[in-house]
This record gives sequence, structure tokens and C-alpha cells, in this order.
Amino acid sequence: MSLLREIRLAWRLLARDARAGEITLIATAIVVAVAAVTTVGFFTDRVQRVLELEANRLLGADLVISDSRAIDPELKREAARRGLAAAEVIRFPSMVVLRERTVLADVRVVSPGYPLRGELRIADRLFAPDRLAEAIPKPGTVWVDERLHTSLDLAAEDRIGVGASRLAVGAVITHEPGVELGFLSGAPRVILNAEDLAATRLVQPGSRVRYRLLLAGESASVDAYRAWARERLAPGTRIEGVRDARPEVRSALERAEKYLNLAALSSVFLAAVAIALSARRYLQRHLDGCALMRCLGASQALIVRLHVAHFTLLGAAAASAGIAIGALTQAVLVAWLGRVVAVTLPAASVLPAVHGAAVGWLLLLGFALPPLVSLARVPTLRVLRRELGAPQGDAIIAYGLGAVVIAALILWRAQELRLGLTVLGWFVAAMVGACALTWALLRAVGTLKSRGVSWRFGVANLRRRALGTILQVVALALGIMALLTLTLVRADLLRTWHESLPRDAPNRFIINIQPDQVTAIGRFFAERGMAPPGLFPMVRGRLVRIGERPVAADDYAEERARRLVTREFNLSWAARPQADNRVVAGRWWDDAAGGADQFSVERGLAEALGISLGDALTFDIAGTPVTATVTSLRTVDWDSFNVNFFVLAPPGLLEVYPAQYVTSFHLAGGRVEVLNALVKAFPNIVLIDVAQVLSHVQRMMDQAARAVQFVFLFTLAAGLVVLYAAVASTQDERLYQATILRTLGASRPQIRRAHLAEFGLTGAAAGFVAAAGASGLAYFIAHRFLHLTYTPDPAVWLIGVAGGALGVTAAGYLGTRRVLEVAPLKVLRALG
Amino acid sequence: MSRAQIILKASGVGKQVTTGTTELTILSGVSFEVGAGESVAIVGVSGSGKSTLLGLLAGLDTPSAGSVRIDGHDLTTLDEDGRAALRGRMVGFVFQSFQLLPAMTALENVMLPLELAGAPEASAPARAMLGRVGLADRLHHYPKQLSGGEQQRVAIARAFVTRPKLLLADEPTGNLDAATGLQVIELLFELNRESGTTLLLVTHDEAITARCDRVLRLAAGRLEGAAS
Repeated sequence: MSLLREIRLAWRLLARDARAGEITLIATAIVVAVAAVTTVGFFTDRVQRVLELEANRLLGADLVISDSRAIDPELKREAARRGLAAAEVIRFPSMVVLRERTVLADVRVVSPGYPLRGELRIADRLFAPDRLAEAIPKPGTVWVDERLHTSLDLAAEDRIGVGASRLAVGAVITHEPGVELGFLSGAPRVILNAEDLAATRLVQPGSRVRYRLLLAGESASVDAYRAWARERLAPGTRIEGVRDARPEVRSALERAEKYLNLAALSSVFLAAVAIALSARRYLQRHLDGCALMRCLGASQALIVRLHVAHFTLLGAAAASAGIAIGALTQAVLVAWLGRVVAVTLPAASVLPAVHGAAVGWLLLLGFALPPLVSLARVPTLRVLRRELGAPQGDAIIAYGLGAVVIAALILWRAQELRLGLTVLGWFVAAMVGACALTWALLRAVGTLKSRGVSWRFGVANLRRRALGTILQVVALALGIMALLTLTLVRADLLRTWHESLPRDAPNRFIINIQPDQVTAIGRFFAERGMAPPGLFPMVRGRLVRIGERPVAADDYAEERARRLVTREFNLSWAARPQADNRVVAGRWWDDAAGGADQFSVERGLAEALGISLGDALTFDIAGTPVTATVTSLRTVDWDSFNVNFFVLAPPGLLEVYPAQYVTSFHLAGGRVEVLNALVKAFPNIVLIDVAQVLSHVQRMMDQAARAVQFVFLFTLAAGLVVLYAAVASTQDERLYQATILRTLGASRPQIRRAHLAEFGLTGAAAGFVAAAGASGLAYFIAHRFLHLTYTPDPAVWLIGVAGGALGVTAAGYLGTRRVLEVAPLKVLRALG
Repeated sequence: MSRAQIILKASGVGKQVTTGTTELTILSGVSFEVGAGESVAIVGVSGSGKSTLLGLLAGLDTPSAGSVRIDGHDLTTLDEDGRAALRGRMVGFVFQSFQLLPAMTALENVMLPLELAGAPEASAPARAMLGRVGLADRLHHYPKQLSGGEQQRVAIARAFVTRPKLLLADEPTGNLDAATGLQVIELLFELNRESGTTLLLVTHDEAITARCDRVLRLAAGRLEGAAS
């Protein structure tokens, strides 16, 4: 038969199956799978973009190009050509004068549009309620920050001297995006309009000026522009996006991404289970047909080809429907989310649709096709002897292929090998555990004293179909496990987010504290009834060698790594690790041993730069090379907003170098006078308000949590399909049994009770195994990958077992109602 | 009877199965020939091995001993696919339990063997054949919407639509009441006559055996009256 004819025949067979409702379940499973994956894909894609956008608000733009010379006009022209919004900031230090007082200020000359992302907030008076700045300062006026205001003791009508100009103070800056945390970026700030720059005559050849071009736009355009610009940047010109900049934002973003991917993963897994169960039912219902086709002269190869074509067509149709539903659903979700958080989500890319279709096909390939291919091997003699089924060994091979496919999918969706492998490992462990536990349960239930004929029959049903029961319990358990894990991890994540950002989390940083001010600062806080914050010494150094290898930016492909090695590191020393640091490799120095020539490096940094335990790192500190060995790697909880360092040394190594101190503390609302007094007492210090940054991070996290809740709803829907597929897969057998029993005189309530006993036990067993697996998985993921403190929730066991039993019983009852309504004679005649 | 006219030839066919540690002989030394156009009934009590023999003659299973030839082709030398291809070309089947595919209409069930054989046109011959068995007004009915007799007539239409040289029937009236069974037999023999098909039936039905040219009696896995 020609290929075309075969495809046409496969199409006709498919159409006949579809019309007769034979593929409704399998098609539904695929549609739901693809819809779930695409919805999750579209949605997470858009949420990830909005998260990035949010993060970009902290940077003030999506992309920043900075240079010590005026920005190449070509870069600006190209940005305009690509439709990107642009604003310019020219930044330099300058003395600001008021009467006899002078203060060294960080002057920012801005063009209209600044900032492109995030909020510039201003107040009319010092410490007055602030508002969003709708434009930049009018020509002839400047905005100053709280520190400058305090330092100059500004009055309402004062005009300050900036270079050759005298400018009125229009407002007090309370929040400005683009504040760089963790190191001294400058003095008190002044913002003035670009139109006023020339009159100040401050920018002259040789002036220390930093030019910044801020850009924002559609993320695809920004990415494309970035790729274009990177090729053209002159030495000394830097380009950065938010991911390069801030460890705390990076950590929140990456965590959100991982979590959304996990959620997507659970849908994929449930879909696989649903498809496998549906395929099993399809297989059972098509054994006769295939035996007959063999009897009528079809070769095995023809039957395989027909089924491949059959399911390829089915896959195409179902995947298209799934993608359409996915696109529609995410639009509804986005509309809903938009109302709640008042954020416009950027359009999704087409990639999730491609991913959705690929996932659908892969699931079909891995879970539907292999068991169906074994249809070809059905003994032809089945036409005469119905008891002959499909060869048993095939099922194992089929599920083996399915396992490979799901493993590949999990690794793909997790985007991170370790996380993927962990999830995979737990699924496999859960499967083995579920099999063992179900087997033990079947044995245990069998030894129970009889509780009437219905119970006995229900239990007998489970035990008689031991392999089928085990498969069903495992499938259900994995579905429930995914759901429980998601609720567990989700609840934990939310709780831990709120816990990790407690009300008294530090909201102010003080930097540039001189060593001789350390005692006075402590006293200052104590005098005001506040706990003196811990002060940390900070020495700046450039990493020049790892082992014998000189460090150069060009050795690294990753942008973040390139940026890290071109910057100066903040090094510090400590006898003990901070509470939010955890040593994950090597050993922390103790007092007695090891000597002072040691470093402890943050793990993320070590991974980015390829630093291993035992490597000798050499820093250039004020012109002197300082070498020590890496003896431990640490994880740092950046979300704590405590002062933390990438590289630490034990006491004794760095003290001889010039250091400044840094601290963070919590300032309760309404105590602004403390800031005033602090700045007056220590004019050289730099005070940074991180409360705004904090609220941004919290908002991002809340958005991520909302997104996950939506994703969770889809997973739940997929779980219900699994449940239905599980019940449906044994329905024919049940129908036959019920018929025989009724013929033998069993009443309908008796059979119903037997079914309920069977479903209840199946559900409870699945729920139990699921609770065990979910607790373990949640614990592991929370601890190892999300770095959250996880408290096991005993309710999970109750919810798992009770929910499993009730859910499966309810679904089973609905699914088997028909079984008891069909007249026995009809069934017997149909079975022949 | 010349050799060319022999459609089916069983030579020393035996079948043994192992259940646990015991070896069970179901058929032993069964030899016979069936000539073209002949109608032959195989009869015997339950468990005498009738259905097993039919399965072996159709190449649905392989004998433990002996050989089966259909139109000169030795089934024992063919693999499963080779036997399937031979069945597709030469053999039609009628089963006790009809074996219609429930997802397909009467017409689609009859079209199926033609479609599997890659026939360019399946619908017209199938319609014609259904018309011939008196089901022209039942083309688009599903098996469950048809009576037992109608279902068996669809099965007969399906068996004859490929114009097979050999038609094998396994208790074709076993699931039908006496009156309907009689009609079905009538139809089967009529079609057999019209198309010159060779007919081999396994049956309990005296009405069928009475109409056959020859009756082979099977007892405890052996043909009665056959030389051992």
C-alpha cells in the first residue's frame, strides 16, 4: 500500500475512532497536556518578562551603556532606529555651594524621560510625604537628596551654586532608581536638567565625567540591540542589564524562574500519566480490532505504520487544539492578573507554543505510541481465543521509553541539570516506593478480617489485578504528589519570603564609615535607644589571579563573570560566618588552625568565575598582591539585606590595608530625625535608603506567587484528568465484572460498595505515598535549591490520604455509575 | 482430483501445549485435503480440537508437527507476516462471535479488508456485498445497532468482499437462534456457490453438516476414520 493510501486509511481509522468516542480520553489528555504546557509557557514567559521589567525599574532602564567619554552617537541612532526609548545621564562630582558652605556632590544631569524604568520620587520639603516625579527638574531648578539638604541646611528660598550657575531647589529626592548598593557610589546627589548643563560650565575637557545612556523597550528589541551593541563597544564602554547588576535581584528572579519551571514540570508529568493511562485503555479496547486486522491479512509493519500515522494525526489535531486553548487561557489569566496587580504584561513569544507542541508530541511518542505499537504483536489467534492479550513484555519496554521521554522533558523544563536530576530522582524513588508500598498494602489489606462481601470483593479486585493496581496507585500518587509538592513549596515559599523579609529587615545602609568613627557610630545608636548595628570592615581589591592563571574578562563567556572580574571586589574579614551564611564546601577557619592565608568565597561567585576549593586567589589591594587559599565556599542569603561579602578572610590578613566600614540597620517609620542627626554627626558617611528597593523586591515576589497560583490551577486540572483516565482505564473490565456479578444475583448497592471500597483504598494508598514523596521533595528542593527553611507540615499527610481517598472515590463513583445502569444481557451479548 | 484443484491440504498436523509440567496433546496426525469449490464440515464434541485445527489451517497459530498448505503454499515455511499476507489474498473468515469492530459502521467493517489490501476502491464493492446479504439499508449502522443475525450477515459480507478462494467459518451459527441460524447458513452456501469459494466450517449444527459435501469428524484430536 502506498504511503498516501496508508495515511488516508489511518485518517479514516482515526475519524471512525473519534466518531465512536474511542479516542476521546486520549485526545483530551493530550489537549489538556498541551494546553497546560502552553498556558504555563505563555504565562511564565510573560511573567518572567514582567519580573525582568520590574527588576529593570531598579536599574532605571532595561539596558545602560556607560562611558567616560560622550556616548557614541551611532549607539543612540541605532537605539532610536530600533524604537527603543532613550534618556541620558551625565554624572560627575562637583562642589555645591550655599553661602559659605560647600559640599562635594554627585551631580546627575538628566534628559527628559529619565528614568525610563522605575520611579523617581520627590518630596516638597525634607522628610515630607513623597510623590512620583512626573518629569525632570524644570530648567533653572535642581532636585537634591536628603543628605545634601541636611548638609547645606537648605531653607525654602535658597538657590545653590552649581559651577557657574545658581539654581533654585525644586524638590527633595526620596527615591531614585539606579542606586548602586554595597559600595560607595558617591556623595550627596543633585539632579539638574540637561538644558542647564552648558551654563554651569562644569564639563570641560579632562573633567571626570561619566556618561550613561539609558535604554528601554520590548525585550526582544532590547536583546537584539544589546547583541548588536556588544560588537561595537569601544574599550572602556560598559553595557549592563539588571541581571548583571544586583545579587539580591538576581537571586529573587532566578528563584521565581526555577519555581515557575517546577510548576510547569508538574503539569508535564501529570499529562504523561494521563496519556499513559489513556493509551492503556485504548490498547485494551483495540486488541480485538488488531487481531482481526492481522487475520484479514495486515502485516505487523502495516499495523505499526497505521498506528504511527494515526497518532501523528491525532497529535497534530490535539496539539493545535491545546495550543489554541493555552493561548486563550493565558489571555484570560493575564487579564485577571492585570486587574489585580495593575501591570501590563508584555506579549508572549511564540516559543511556548512550539514548546507546547513539542511536549505534546514527545508525550505521545513516549507514552501513547509504544503500548500501541505492541498492538501489532497481538496474537492473531485472539480472533478465536479472546483470552489472549498483548505480549506482557511490551508494556515494560513501552513504559521504559516513556520514562526516558519524561526524564528528558524534566531535564529540559528544569533548565538546570541539578534541579532536573533531583526532581527526576525523586520521581523515580517515589515510583519504586509507591510500588513497594502498594504491594505491602495489598498484602496487608488481604489479611484483614472480612467486612462483608462488598469489601471482600473490592479488596479482591485490587489484589487480583495487582500489577494494574500498583500502576494505578503509582500514577495517581505521582499526580497527587505533584499537586501536594506545589501547594507545599508554594506555601513555604510565600511564608519564607515574608519571614526572610521581616518587618525589621535592614532598610538603611551606611557606607564610607572611617575606622576611627566605628566606636562613635555604635554610641550614636545606643544613645537613641537603638541596637548598635554590626559594622563590617571593607577593603577593595581587584582579583588578578586564580592559582597561576591571570584573570581576564575575555576568559569568560558569561557576561556576569566578565563584569565581576573587571570590578573591584569588596573584601572583608570575620572570625565567624554571619547567621545568613552557610558553608557548603570545605571548612570555615576556626581560631586555632589554618593560619590567616585563607579565603571563603560565595558559591555563586565561585561557580561564575570557576574558582574551586584549594585555589589560591590573588587580589591586588592598593597595589599590593595578596594571595590566600580558598578553604571554604559559602551560600549567602542576599534577601536578608544584611551586609554580606563575596570574599571573606580570617582576621589577620587584610587589617593592614586601608579599610572603611559598612553597616545596615532598620529604621522604624517616623524616626527620620535619626537620619538627620546621623548625617550631621558624620558628614562623610553615605546613607542609602533600601526600603524602596525592598518593597520592589517584595512586590516582585508577590507577583511571582500569584503567577504560581494560576499555574497550580492548571496542574490541578491535569491531575483531575489523570484521575478520570485512571478510572476509565479499568471501566470495561468493571462493566464485565459487574455484569457477571449481577447475573449471579449481586445487588447494585453491593457492587457499588465494592467499587467504593476499591476506589477508596486505591486513593488512600496513592495519597499516602504522595504525601511521603511530596514532603521529601519539598524539603529537598526548599533546602538545597531555594535555600529556604522548610518546616514539614503534618497536614499534608491528612490532606494526601483523605483527599486521595475522597477524590478517587468520587471520580470512581462518577466514572462507574454507567456500569451499573447497563442491562447485563446487553453486556453479555456484546462480549459474545 | 487433480493436484491443482486442491486448495487446502493438512499433512500430519499435530499440536501440543505445555501447561505447567504436563504436555497436552490437542491434535495429532490430522491429514486431509479439500478441493476447490468443496464444502467441508469439521465436527466433534467440545474439546475435540476443532477450533485449534481451524486456527492452524488459517495460519493463526503454528502446528507442533506436520504442515498446512493453502493453494500450494506451505504455511509452516512462512513467517507471521507471510501468513497474514496469504490470508489477506486467499482466505475469508466468519466467526461465532462475529468479530465486527464496534467503532465502525457495517459499511466500514466490510470495507476494512479491501482497505488493508490497498484496494483503490473499497466503498462500492462493500456496498454491493452488503446489498447482496440484504443489508443495503443498514450501511451506516454500528454493530451494536444490529441484531445478531444482521451482524453475522455483515461478517459474511466482509468475508466474501475480497473474493477469497477459501472461506473458514468457526461455528457461524453458534450465537444465533435456530431460525436466524438457518437464514445465515442459507446465505453462506448461496454466496459460496456464486463465488466458487471453498468452504471449511467448524460446527455443531446438524443443519450445516447436512448441506456440506463432506464431513470430517474429530475426536480427541484425531480424525475419525482416518488412517493413523
